[in-house]
Amino acid sequence: MSDKVLYVMYDDDEVLKHSAKKLVSKGVKISEVFSPFPIHGIDPIIGVKNTRLGIMAFLYGLIGLTLATIGMRYFMVVDWPMNIGGKPNFSYLENMLAFVPISFEFTVMCAAHGMAITYLLRNKTLPGMPAQNPDPRTTDDKFVMEIRLSENHSVTEAELDSMLQEIGYLELDKKEIK
Amino acid sequence: MEFQITKKAKNVAFGLMGVGLLLTIIGAAIAAGDHHFFTRFMASALISGFFFFAIGLGALFFLALKYATETGWYAAVKRVIEAVAGFLPVGMAILGVVLLVITIADGAHIYSWMDPEVQAHDEVVRHKAAYLNPVFFWIRTIAYFTTYFLFWRGFKRRSLEEDKVGGTELHFKNYKRGALFLVFFAVFSSTSAWDWIMSIDVHWFSTLFGWYTFAGMWCSTMVVLVLTTLYLKKLGHLEKVNDSHIHDLGKWTFATSFLWSYMWFSQFMLIWYANIGEEVIYFQTRIAHFKFLYFGMFIINFAFPMLILMSRDAKRNAGILTAVGLTILAGHWLDVYIMVSAGAMGQNANIGALEIGMALLMAGVFIFVILRNLSKAPLTPVNHPFLDESNHHEI
Repeated sequence: MSDKVLYVMYDDDEVLKHSAKKLVSKGVKISEVFSPFPIHGIDPIIGVKNTRLGIMAFLYGLIGLTLATIGMRYFMVVDWPMNIGGKPNFSYLENMLAFVPISFEFTVMCAAHGMAITYLLRNKTLPGMPAQNPDPRTTDDKFVMEIRLSENHSVTEAELDSMLQEIGYLELDKKEIK
Repeated sequence: MEFQITKKAKNVAFGLMGVGLLLTIIGAAIAAGDHHFFTRFMASALISGFFFFAIGLGALFFLALKYATETGWYAAVKRVIEAVAGFLPVGMAILGVVLLVITIADGAHIYSWMDPEVQAHDEVVRHKAAYLNPVFFWIRTIAYFTTYFLFWRGFKRRSLEEDKVGGTELHFKNYKRGALFLVFFAVFSSTSAWDWIMSIDVHWFSTLFGWYTFAGMWCSTMVVLVLTTLYLKKLGHLEKVNDSHIHDLGKWTFATSFLWSYMWFSQFMLIWYANIGEEVIYFQTRIAHFKFLYFGMFIINFAFPMLILMSRDAKRNAGILTAVGLTILAGHWLDVYIMVSAGAMGQNANIGALEIGMALLMAGVFIFVILRNLSKAPLTPVNHPFLDESNHHEI
């Protein structure tokens, strides 16, 4: 399916936010914004949903806690009952306190690594992956809005152009995607 | 000023005082015949006196922390923190009187090291006498009180002056004073917990005890700050305080709950693992006589905020914050109760009308003083250098 993408460039995040607000109020859907740093308050304007990374962090933490418990129970109780400091491990519960720090650390480790890897995967920014941003300058001092015609059936390209003329921008780049 | 104590709030505060006083008298009448009565009475005064004093002190610490780190977001709720810190003089007066009565009564079996008879026969107490003696105890107590009072007065004066003159000169002065306070507080928070609370179990010691007490106090302070802010929001004040401020205060409550749990557990686990008789005795007494309360209190203060306050939406929800806040506030009062009572009375301690009455009485005073402080100053600092940042706070 062919699609046409408009890249509208600005040199100030506040100006971009202002323009985005105007465009959205006219029913334009902005699919993405590229910027060198997080722009405060852009999410509700362009309708980005709240991240679900927190839920994943909780699940990864649970996995970590489970793995740590199973692992330690096997290593310290089942396979070879360890006796550390005169506290023999007859059962897991009996010496539960000794296992708490490791459970905690492993929970944190799994949650943190899981979150980082999920984030990189979801954003397709694992090391070595091709860059997503349309213009290298968005990693420096420019801000780009991405508008896809396939997501904006209510407005034609000409209407969009005139809207953008009226609102103003720094540079406008159009690209055909096959 | 913009905030006036409502009639309802006044009724609640005085109602709490009245009910508290009534329960205290009933409790005292029931327990009067008991030969432990005086110890129990003073212990319950110490519990609630220390608990509410500590909340005021926690607010002063939090304020100093915000000054020293030049934090921006808190400017909109700064007057709430100052109002809670403003309980400090009253709290110090109450705690001071309690400590004075206990000292006059030769320790009242609470601080057994103050008793000359115990000092004469107890080898351990005799060896600790260089530090734990009534004179040095009072030198230290007065040093803490004076330091806290002077810093509090300075912060308050400069905060009100800033409203009039503006500029950054006062801000940098607060920055320096805040950092200086933290230096004093780093030492005093530990030593004062040893003096006032840990010396009840005079044979026992734990280097972590100061931080453990401090963490519990900080958590209670954050709960009070959240609840006061929510209360003012509900009345329609603090219109610049948005969800993000509430979220941040909720995060502090969540984080300090963890800090407290971490301290509690660290102290418990190290002593449990080493299993040395002199150290284990502290937990032995508590588990033998207060098993349900002791572990119940831990579960309330740890698992409850952890499971409920973990999600972002919960930290922005006034109802959930209030419910969790009130519960863990009671949990931390229980913590102080077990620290003091189990040491002072052992198996004879129990929670009755006396303890609850004393807590309600002081809670009434506490609420009234905070509300009065709030009504004395504008609820938003007009010239705080970070006010604009705070007004646009968004996370």
